[in-house]
Amino acid sequence: MEIKLLYYLVPSLIMFCCGLYGFLTRKNMIAMLISLELMLNAVDINFTVINRYIFPDSKEGMIFTLFAIAIAAAETALAIAIIINLYRVTKKVETDEASQLKG
Amino acid sequence: MEPIIPILILCLPLLGFLVLGLLGPKMSHKAAGWYGVLSIGTVMVLAYITAITYFFSGAPEFILDGTRLQYVVFNQDWLNFYKDLTIRIGFLLDPISALMLVVITTISFCVHLYSLGYMEGEKGFQRYYAFLQLFSFSMLGLVVATNIFQMYIFWELVGASSYLLIGFYYQRPSAVSASKKAFIVTRFADLGFLIGILILSYYTGTFNFTDLTGSVLANGSSVNNLITPGVVASLKFGGASFMGCSLLTWALVLIFMGGMGKSAMLPLHIWLPDAMEGPTPVSALIHAATMVVAGVYLVARLFPLYLMEEAALLFITVVGAITAFYAAVVACTQVDIKRVLAFSTISQIAFMMVSLGVARPEIHEGLGYMASMFHLFTHAMFKALLFLGAGALIHAVHSNDYTAMGGLRKYMPITHITFLIGCLAIAGIPPFSGFFSKDEILSACYENNFIWGAWMSMVAGLTAFYMFRLYYLIFWWDEPDYGHHKPHDAPWPMSLPLIFLALVSCVAGFIPFGEFVTWNGEPYHIHINWVGVAIPSIVIAVLAIALATFMYRKKNPLPDKVAKATGALWTAAHHRFYWDEIYMFITHKIIFNLICKPIAWFDRHIIDGTMDGLAWCAQRLSITIRPLQSGNVQSYVYVYLFGALLLGGVTAAVVLL
Repeated sequence: MEIKLLYYLVPSLIMFCCGLYGFLTRKNMIAMLISLELMLNAVDINFTVINRYIFPDSKEGMIFTLFAIAIAAAETALAIAIIINLYRVTKKVETDEASQLKG
Repeated sequence: MEPIIPILILCLPLLGFLVLGLLGPKMSHKAAGWYGVLSIGTVMVLAYITAITYFFSGAPEFILDGTRLQYVVFNQDWLNFYKDLTIRIGFLLDPISALMLVVITTISFCVHLYSLGYMEGEKGFQRYYAFLQLFSFSMLGLVVATNIFQMYIFWELVGASSYLLIGFYYQRPSAVSASKKAFIVTRFADLGFLIGILILSYYTGTFNFTDLTGSVLANGSSVNNLITPGVVASLKFGGASFMGCSLLTWALVLIFMGGMGKSAMLPLHIWLPDAMEGPTPVSALIHAATMVVAGVYLVARLFPLYLMEEAALLFITVVGAITAFYAAVVACTQVDIKRVLAFSTISQIAFMMVSLGVARPEIHEGLGYMASMFHLFTHAMFKALLFLGAGALIHAVHSNDYTAMGGLRKYMPITHITFLIGCLAIAGIPPFSGFFSKDEILSACYENNFIWGAWMSMVAGLTAFYMFRLYYLIFWWDEPDYGHHKPHDAPWPMSLPLIFLALVSCVAGFIPFGEFVTWNGEPYHIHINWVGVAIPSIVIAVLAIALATFMYRKKNPLPDKVAKATGALWTAAHHRFYWDEIYMFITHKIIFNLICKPIAWFDRHIIDGTMDGLAWCAQRLSITIRPLQSGNVQSYVYVYLFGALLLGGVTAAVVLL
């Protein structure tokens, strides 16, 4: 059985939608961060498979994926640091609770 | 001539101003005062050297075939805007500027010396001397200006420094308002001056006095048929006219308006009596001898131009004649001795103006011009003397009103004698200086038109009357109770200038003035017309003095009776014919109510309202859209998702269809 491009794209779409749904519905910032990672990973899958199937001669998609993973790692570290600091101050990690600085 | 002396004449007072202004608070009163006196004394010596060199050296650059020339010592580019618009600063030496150098530095030196005594122990003594130096600097810069714009700049500097000096006692509200009044009124007049300068220089393309007046002079006395090309032709402005008068007339009348403001001609005279709020030596310096004659000097400087437009000269004559009479009448009724002197100054300056106004080259080779400058010179000396004398009196009795004086001849002999000499000089009694200059003015008036002559003779009589009224009320009349501290003569720094000026007033009339200063530089030989002019004017003056003697020598009810008999006239004159009230009415009732208030309303409601409305709209809008920026990330993502889907849908539709 030949594995087609679509076999990759459908799971990645499902993953993306799950991430989007989670991002929109969760109030917990950690959960939102996990959902964000899901979406990012879905995008990464898209990059690699499209590069692999449609433009097999070039390497941009792969490179971009690696790049995105590195950025995502840094971004997650930053976000976790912010969330932990927020938790230390307010003892909460819900988005709608963290509104003291709002004018 | 080397430019070093002229440069020093200008720079030393400026340096003095800077030194006293910046370092004054660290100096003792004595050091500051003597520094000022020495500084101006040096300038006086240098000015004398310059004037003597100009008049007596006979060098070809100063005098040619008996005609005195205008000599530009230096003329430096100052503000270089572009090729055709360059403002220069320079030093012009000609008969009148050399004359003014002498007058200004002499009076200024006397005043500096006198102030050592008069201002002793006053708060702000150093500041006072700094201002005096600034004033001397600006006045000297004004008279030596090579171009009309330099003159204008120094003219304004003179106005500013007189503002500072009048408002010297700035804790006193009356002094503050007097200084503001002087500044605003003269500034209003200077508006006319500036417009006049602009018209004149726009059409002639030059600011330089030598270009403006020299080419008229080059035509000789035949100024009435101008045919030379160049500036003179352009002066006619191609026959351009505005409201029935030629543009040259307008320019000259507007320039004269600046002179009216500075020289306190009717109706812009109202600042001068109030300016007496300043210290008395300042009045002597500014309001008698130097600044107020700047207007006369201005007209004299541009006199060849005025000769081209007899209408402008007629205007000057009429204004001067009315002012002279008005001020003389008012001076007869004032109580404050400095105000009497102020009005007499206005009247005497008007004499000079009339003299310029009636001067024509065909009448005695421009006698009026010479007479005007002569009177400027003698008047500066005797009026400074009178003011300084008044200062000594005020210093002694601590009041400005003659009601607090009387019988002072016994207590203050030096002041008495010098004041009497000043009064005799201004009344025109020979051999004092005023007689000679006034006589020349009167003969110039009679030569022009009998009416002017008769009118000015009458004013001269009034002058003699009010001066001797003042003299008798101060030194004779009835002696008030002076208490334990009898008034006494002032210390020597104050008496010395009085004696010096009195001596000058005695002998100045014998200077052959016509040999030095005439309108075209050619010498004029003064000859007194005894029968036609001199004897009648002496008789008038003596009669007026006799009347004053009869009325005021001893305390008697006659003056009150006269005041009652003339009733309304006396009251009106005492209130200076209500000029201040008229100005107050015009400014407060008419200008403020009819013009300023509607404009203020427009500003407050229409202009501010528009701006407020815009601000209100922006504020409402921002309040309305503020909830969109909630800070909730998830709501942003919803919007973003919606937008992304929409864009995707649109793209898909475009691609597929």
